[in-house]
Amino acid sequence: MSELWQYTKLIRSKNAGPFELTFDIMFKDEDSFRRVLESGTLSSELIARLYKVDSKLVRFFVIEPLLTVKISIPRPVFSGDVNDTDVYGGQFHGPLVRLPVDAR
Amino acid sequence: MIREGLKAGIPVIIGSAGHAGGRPHLNWTLEIVRELARENDWHFKLAAIDSEIEKETLVDAFIRGRIAPLYPAPDLREASIRQATRFVAMMGIEPIQSALNSGAQVVIAGRCSDVAIYAALPVLEAIPKHVAFHAGKILECGSAAVAQRFYPDCMAAELDQDGFTIEPPNPDFCCTPQSVAAHTLYENADPYHLVESGGTVDTTDARYDAISDRAVRVSGARFIPAEKYTVKIEGAALAGYRSIVVAGIRDPLLLRQLDSYLARLRAVVERKIADSLKLSRDAYTLQFRVYGATGSLGSVEPCPQVEGHEVGLIIDVVAPTQSLAADILPIVWHTGLHHPIPEHEGLISSLAFPFSPPGADMGPVYRFCANHVWHLDDPCEPFRMTFENL
Repeated sequence: MSELWQYTKLIRSKNAGPFELTFDIMFKDEDSFRRVLESGTLSSELIARLYKVDSKLVRFFVIEPLLTVKISIPRPVFSGDVNDTDVYGGQFHGPLVRLPVDAR
Repeated sequence: MIREGLKAGIPVIIGSAGHAGGRPHLNWTLEIVRELARENDWHFKLAAIDSEIEKETLVDAFIRGRIAPLYPAPDLREASIRQATRFVAMMGIEPIQSALNSGAQVVIAGRCSDVAIYAALPVLEAIPKHVAFHAGKILECGSAAVAQRFYPDCMAAELDQDGFTIEPPNPDFCCTPQSVAAHTLYENADPYHLVESGGTVDTTDARYDAISDRAVRVSGARFIPAEKYTVKIEGAALAGYRSIVVAGIRDPLLLRQLDSYLARLRAVVERKIADSLKLSRDAYTLQFRVYGATGSLGSVEPCPQVEGHEVGLIIDVVAPTQSLAADILPIVWHTGLHHPIPEHEGLISSLAFPFSPPGADMGPVYRFCANHVWHLDDPCEPFRMTFENL
């Protein structure tokens, strides 16, 4: 079993405004992009489960020309609120980096 | 920027002034510009655009049904508007254009769309909005749109009727079609639709073509005018005052029961705070931020258990006044320092404080209290413009 980071050149999270988080997963090459997408590893359901949001609120974009998957979710806690843990949202991608990928 | 702008006769536009664009930030930025002008004997017409909104103006707009929530948004009501500290409206290109039309050579804008500071002048010069706004989005973070950003730097684009050509002025950097297109993703929830005051830039069919090994030609975006002209409003409400302590925990016996230890500690200190300060649990917040477990991700951390040999603990208190927060804090850290665990007999000291005194006051805590749009008849209506001849 391999891990997601082995297929990518960038996995990042960031605020998209204070109320949303966005994840950019940019793949190394076309082959890596296809293999991960075909493995079904990345899905709205996975993100919903990992970040405890309703899967209907997960926006999932496959951007072929950029070999990129972009996923946006409402923030679990609004940026800067009393119990926020990451004001700029830059570390929320952590759980995705070593995600097991069952690729051909 | 101002020196070279004056020399070349190019307007200088700065926004959002002083980070957040509120009135204190605008005034701070204006003071810097005035000081620079005095020191350098510069003379020019300066425009200031204040984007702070009086609360009663907003209440009035709210009552008239002119305010609508975006998604997701905090609950905004008349009372919460009045209780908030300040609101700003995020200006589009029109107030900046109005300042430029009045002959301003330097424009300091309060809260302002990043795209608008770049798009305002080109649109005045009859560049189509789909070109000017798309270029504005790519330019907003300077060299962030280059292939490998070794350090922060500037970016330049040349705009015409059909598109724009983007090329970093720094010869060490280069743009590729991928690096430019990728920047449309950055800090944006939807990669294809960039919502701005007055309309949406749709980049679904945009083309990014290399025209040299460092310049990219961009074309094909569409501008979809909005049915109603709206500006985004942002508000800050005081949530309290924060005091914190930083501590390390290294004892393996303590670490293996950290959750229950912190739960027991919380119960004890809540009672002490109620007894000595007459504060009930809901009058303040006490958080144990455990780095090495859930510090970065909080309640969504998939691995909430301590797995390493030590943790970093931040004891985080937010109370209605700074002095109350500062009073609560030592109750928590001193109790925590000596709170027993069954495996050790006698007095223990369980927290390693790197600093003495261990705590610090962090000042006021604000929360965002609006993520709404305000429907305007005139895009310049809420923005107050003042001019000075320096």
